[in-house]
Amino acid sequence: MSTAELLSKQEYKYGFVTDIESDVIPRGLTEDTIRLIVAKKNEPEWMLEFRLKAFRHWLTMTEPKHWPNLIYPQIDYQDIIYYSAPKQKATKQSLDEVDPELLRTFEKLGIPLTEQKQLAGVAVDAVFDSISVATTYKEKLKKHGVIFCSFTEAIRDYPELVKKYLGSVVPTNDNFFAALNSAVFSDGSFCFIPKGVHCPMELSTYFRINNSESGQFERTLIVAEEGSYVSYLEGCTAPKFDKNQLHAAVVELIALDDAQIKYSTVQNWYAGDEEGRGGIYNFVTKRGKCAGKNSKISWTQVETGSAITWKYPSCILQGDNSIGEFYSVALTNHAQQADTGTKMIHLGKNTRSTIISKGIAAGKSNNSYRGLVKVMPKAEGARNYTQCDSMLIGSHCGANTFPYIEVMNNTSSVEHEASTSKISEEQLFYLQQRGISQEDAVSLIINGFCKDVFLQLPMEFAVEAQRLLGLKLEGSVG
Amino acid sequence: MLEIRNLHAGIDGNEILKGINLTINKGEIHAIMGPNGSGKSTLAKVLAGHPQYEVTAGEVLYEGRNLLELSPDERAREGVFMAFQYPIEVPGVSNAQFLRLAYNEKRKHLGEEELDPLEFKDLLKERAKVVEMDASFMIRSVNEGFSGGEKKRNEILQMAVLEPKLSVLDETDSGLDIDALRVVANGVNQLHTPNDAIILVTHYQRLLNYIVPDFVHVLAGGRIAREGGKELAFELEEKGYDWIKTAENGKGAGAPAN
Repeated sequence: MSTAELLSKQEYKYGFVTDIESDVIPRGLTEDTIRLIVAKKNEPEWMLEFRLKAFRHWLTMTEPKHWPNLIYPQIDYQDIIYYSAPKQKATKQSLDEVDPELLRTFEKLGIPLTEQKQLAGVAVDAVFDSISVATTYKEKLKKHGVIFCSFTEAIRDYPELVKKYLGSVVPTNDNFFAALNSAVFSDGSFCFIPKGVHCPMELSTYFRINNSESGQFERTLIVAEEGSYVSYLEGCTAPKFDKNQLHAAVVELIALDDAQIKYSTVQNWYAGDEEGRGGIYNFVTKRGKCAGKNSKISWTQVETGSAITWKYPSCILQGDNSIGEFYSVALTNHAQQADTGTKMIHLGKNTRSTIISKGIAAGKSNNSYRGLVKVMPKAEGARNYTQCDSMLIGSHCGANTFPYIEVMNNTSSVEHEASTSKISEEQLFYLQQRGISQEDAVSLIINGFCKDVFLQLPMEFAVEAQRLLGLKLEGSVG
Repeated sequence: MLEIRNLHAGIDGNEILKGINLTINKGEIHAIMGPNGSGKSTLAKVLAGHPQYEVTAGEVLYEGRNLLELSPDERAREGVFMAFQYPIEVPGVSNAQFLRLAYNEKRKHLGEEELDPLEFKDLLKERAKVVEMDASFMIRSVNEGFSGGEKKRNEILQMAVLEPKLSVLDETDSGLDIDALRVVANGVNQLHTPNDAIILVTHYQRLLNYIVPDFVHVLAGGRIAREGGKELAFELEEKGYDWIKTAENGKGAGAPAN
């Protein structure tokens, strides 16, 4: 079988569509659209104001088309549906009242939600198109004082907390996509870990886009109070459509004194076909603020999906001695394009950051790392270590590294290392000569290349990530 | 076990092997010697199925099957092993992980149960004694940062784990000091049984002091120019390769190749 044949045989197993009756608003975006979303969600006046402020600012902004190393047609923002929700009972007493079709969908995705089958040790918030359909282990977490719920519930039940922190890390006018999200976001997850609590289980959100015409705009807000700890996981998939869907999310993390947040993502949105038809446009703003001293925020991402990825999970290291980490594997195949990296902004004294980025490009894809390390004048003794490695598979793909370093304090130290390599025929032959098939050999080499990042993932996620990379690259060498 | 008939092969359109005939039986050790560029390593790589080498004529039967139609990994699972002259590094993949994957591929192929990491660790510890390697090698990345001698020992460790039927050792002695050579040779001798065969590809007679061949074949200009017992190796050590090259050139001018 030729390489091309092998590739085309490779199925994206999450590509199915759920047939479900949905509450869909007309396409297009005006202030009325926002009022409609607010009405649908029964939101208070302050949310409407937040949204309108963002929207009015958004109207004055232009899409960042020039600086990212990405090529895509103009997005028609009036041709998108900004709210699509599966019809269901207004208030659910228990998970068993969730539409069985939705439960089946998530079960098929490997995320069982019903009480009997829930994943042990992981609480899940399941988001389907524009809304959260279920959150598991909510009660159990509450006993520890941990709040884990959909954003809609958070606005209703914990308005003071939401008001205090929403937009405090990513302001509504931060960038084009963040402003858009702030105007129209429909749901997402809210986590609050009170002072001194070590969250007893992993928290996670699973995002599913189902509607071919709607965008997904969700919001995640995680607040870790003094001395608390939380590990949060995020997964995403979407059906195969010939059209592109827009996903513009905002994630805000706040870590107070001595708090730690570990945020892991395995992103497997539909990537489009070999020719680049269809797939998700993933324009995401993720930022964490180490607000307190000795706090730590750690981002780990495995980016394998999406037609286009534009994403720079960042850390603002405000508290003295705070730590920011970014571990990333970004894999692109076929016609995928990724421009991803991080920003580490050192404000406090003795702040430290580590960036480990592994980019893998196959097919005719384009994979760029873009990262900013900025040391502000008061960041005495700040340190950064950056390592960017790229691996090319085949000779039609591209890998780029765009590091930006701005240092305004001469007691700080910033290190940057970069490498580019190719999987060599000799390497493959060596492994094959030991009885390992070519595909397993590629997988092994790639997993070795990504080891430093996979070590940061929670165990089950690491296994899943390794499997996923192998699957994505099947047949891409030969 | 192995029957090579009139094998012609080359790389990038240049013919390097020009009609090799060789029969190898179970339990035998054959040394393939010859000057640089005579085709020794090409023969080893063709047997292992290196993708850059093209076979243009002839056939290779391995246990009665056409070896040339099997992919490199199929050959390996059928028991063909090559120790590389320049072992390859695989960053981030531990030796133990790599060896277990290779070992389990073979078990699967034979319809046997795969070993879990703990079971495999015990097996590996046992086999590592053959080449006097300690546990620290198992957690290091495959060949990364290994010295020349360690890499060669690691090749023989792989041979010990995979228990091949036919082992082709390509210049395993090159770059080894005398102590490392002894360890490697001891390892090979321990692994050799009446049920397997070994091909030693080497430039020097030195290795053959430690691993004693049953037959010696001398390659020159892509053909086997001389064959004999182990005493032929001594003759080469004494006289060098020039007399064979001269003789081969003289013969080549008149006689048809097979």
